Amino acid sequence: MPVLFDEMFTADQQVRPHYQPFHNWLQQQPDNFMASKRQEADLIFRRVGITFAVYGDDAGTERLIPFDQIPRIIPADEWKTLQAGLKQRVRALNMFIHDVYHDQAIIKAGVVPPEYILGNSQYRPEMRDIKVPNDVYAHVAGVDVVRAGNPDGSGAYYVLEDNLRVPSGVSYMLENRKMMMRLFPELFVNNRIAPIAHYPDVLMDSLRAVAPVGVDDPTVVVLTPGIYNSAYFEHAFLAQQMGVELVEGKDLFVDDHTVYMKTTQGPQRVDVIYRRLDDDFLDPLAFRPDSALGVPGLMSVYREGRVTLANAIGTGVADDKAIYTFVPDMVRFYLSEEPILNNVPTWQCRKPQDLSYVLAHLPELVVKEVHGAGGYGMLVGPAATQAEIEHFRTLLKTSPDNYIAQPTLALSACPTFVASGIAPRHIDLRPFVLSGKGISVVPGGLTRVALKEGSLVVNSSQGGGTKDTWVLE
Amino acid sequence: MLSSTADHLFWMARYVERAENTARMLDANLQSSLLPQAGAAPGEVWHTMLSLSELKDAYFARHDQVRSDRMLDFMVSDTSNLSSIYCSFRAARENARAVRGALTTELWETFNTTWLEMNQQLKEGMHQKSPGEFFEWVKFRSHLSRGVLIGTMLNDEAFRFARLGTFLERADNTARILDVNFRRQAEQDAVQISEGEQNDSLQRDYYHWASLLRSLSAFENYRKVYRHAITPDKVAELLILRGDMPRSLRACLVEVESNLSVVANKQSQETERRAGMMHAELRFGRIDDILHTGLHAYLTDFLERINDLGARISQDFLVGER
Repeated sequence: MPVLFDEMFTADQQVRPHYQPFHNWLQQQPDNFMASKRQEADLIFRRVGITFAVYGDDAGTERLIPFDQIPRIIPADEWKTLQAGLKQRVRALNMFIHDVYHDQAIIKAGVVPPEYILGNSQYRPEMRDIKVPNDVYAHVAGVDVVRAGNPDGSGAYYVLEDNLRVPSGVSYMLENRKMMMRLFPELFVNNRIAPIAHYPDVLMDSLRAVAPVGVDDPTVVVLTPGIYNSAYFEHAFLAQQMGVELVEGKDLFVDDHTVYMKTTQGPQRVDVIYRRLDDDFLDPLAFRPDSALGVPGLMSVYREGRVTLANAIGTGVADDKAIYTFVPDMVRFYLSEEPILNNVPTWQCRKPQDLSYVLAHLPELVVKEVHGAGGYGMLVGPAATQAEIEHFRTLLKTSPDNYIAQPTLALSACPTFVASGIAPRHIDLRPFVLSGKGISVVPGGLTRVALKEGSLVVNSSQGGGTKDTWVLE
Repeated sequence: MLSSTADHLFWMARYVERAENTARMLDANLQSSLLPQAGAAPGEVWHTMLSLSELKDAYFARHDQVRSDRMLDFMVSDTSNLSSIYCSFRAARENARAVRGALTTELWETFNTTWLEMNQQLKEGMHQKSPGEFFEWVKFRSHLSRGVLIGTMLNDEAFRFARLGTFLERADNTARILDVNFRRQAEQDAVQISEGEQNDSLQRDYYHWASLLRSLSAFENYRKVYRHAITPDKVAELLILRGDMPRSLRACLVEVESNLSVVANKQSQETERRAGMMHAELRFGRIDDILHTGLHAYLTDFLERINDLGARISQDFLVGER
């Protein structure tokens, strides 16, 4: 993928103003200094155990997520707009989910066809007419944003996708910042970088704010599938930072319309569950009966409003790649505002016209599964072999409803340490938007970087790395 | 606190203590096996250790004869021996990882670093090349874990269950170490020896008891308490009944009883009573009475009761009844 927009350098190789202080500093550091700092970071990450279990890796080894020390810097005015756009979008999405499970006004108004919702496998009929505290469904939203470059050297932000079910990555955002402050304290003295360490506090406030009616001092827990889950480190990290218990399904039970956890002093009532488990696995009596990770009877207590789940059941109806195309319409419908942030142009293969366009332009497009995640099951046209393209052609003809396509965006790139020195690598950004008590966004988010030259795949499960994200004050 | 968290902390501490005591036992046996043994076949030392640790079947499933180097592998690095030092440190670290949110950063990093360093050491075969140094390293990683626990952890339930794990395991392991050594000695005493061999026997006895005491970090303490020659009944008294000896059975029960009373819940009274009884018997016991019963019988009974305490603690606190 050619680099049309470099975060640090303009088209004529001038350092952008917001990168100048960092660039000057980097120039002054001897080569071996940065290399030794990289080793130091690796050692610390490994000792602290900030590792990631990669699915499908034999022996399920723990790996470090590669951390690159050149930050992605966002100037204050850009962030202001981005933040406003994110809040607006998440607000609309929460209103949409509420609407879907109540009046369905947006369907009646003809804005979203019913089959997109009622035919959506993530739609949960069990949630119809259920009241949730503050009408918030997606308490934690991870909105993936990219900057796409234009041939004239300009670049604009687009939302790539919304993650409203169990978005992860915030712990790496927080640990990366800690690492940068430890390795290069002088950078933080000489630059005004917006702090982010208060995220767990904001999360805790949000979770407490959605406690069941009548509960003044709620007991909050983090529900994890356990130590073999790839994001386990994050579950444990957030529980510890918030000062709450980390529980597995087997630590909880339902009795007398209440959720309890098993403690050394007997059962203790639980009020709010920050669950890092998919809907399907939450309650063997309501969803997948073979799930050993959930709590039998949890759904019944939830329906009675006697326990709050964050994120709510059924948020998946709003975050698949087909519904994505309607999000700008949601902003207009619920808020009567124009969307501040734009979607990437998207063709829906379920529509015959879109399908024929996609089939005719496969080598130029990125094709994704509607319900996919983690960068798997994706075709990147320009980087694919003829065989891969033909394979996808078959898949598309067989089940067109499963796919959407987007133009191959020239994702912006950021200088990154690579084997040969420093070179531009494509990046994206995942800010975390918290709802519960108002809507807040911690400045920046997780910047993910595709470490292979030219690659657009940033997911850690496929070898991507991360960077610290700076929002300058 | 969450029952399962308490369970993890309990076992995290038990496994570290187990690794330490395995190293102590191996060290003592290594020293002993270097000495000529009257009436004992070579390798007898190891046979006794295997049966007292209830590992005889497991060992002979993998090896056909007893040899020092095979024993070292079996007890240090064998992944199929769940009581090996490798498995113990691995289990300690896995339990710590499961509850890392309940640990201070320093404590988690201690367990994690032990794990990383051990893998390195075993990769280089340090336990075969310099076993003495390796055992020292194991002991000091255990000391460090304990020190960081005491120095950094909030004195809450998490702390208490870890302490319970440490002292229950120490009591169990120490009783076993004592049993191995006293049994072997008793067997040797039963062998008829000539007068000329008696002097050799006395010398061997000295080395035997000295090495036992050293392995339990009790040699200097023995000298401080009993200024005269090392005798088996004084060794037994020091390691069973003396409250000022930190690795004695009595010192262990003091800690078990006091930590239990802090975490007591609605159903733990019977367990507390039994712990109290064991403590009181050790506090007011006399070595002559114990020797009269027979040390092996005494220690066997002790092991059963310690085991019972462990099972009851699991039931009362860690399993999490509804």
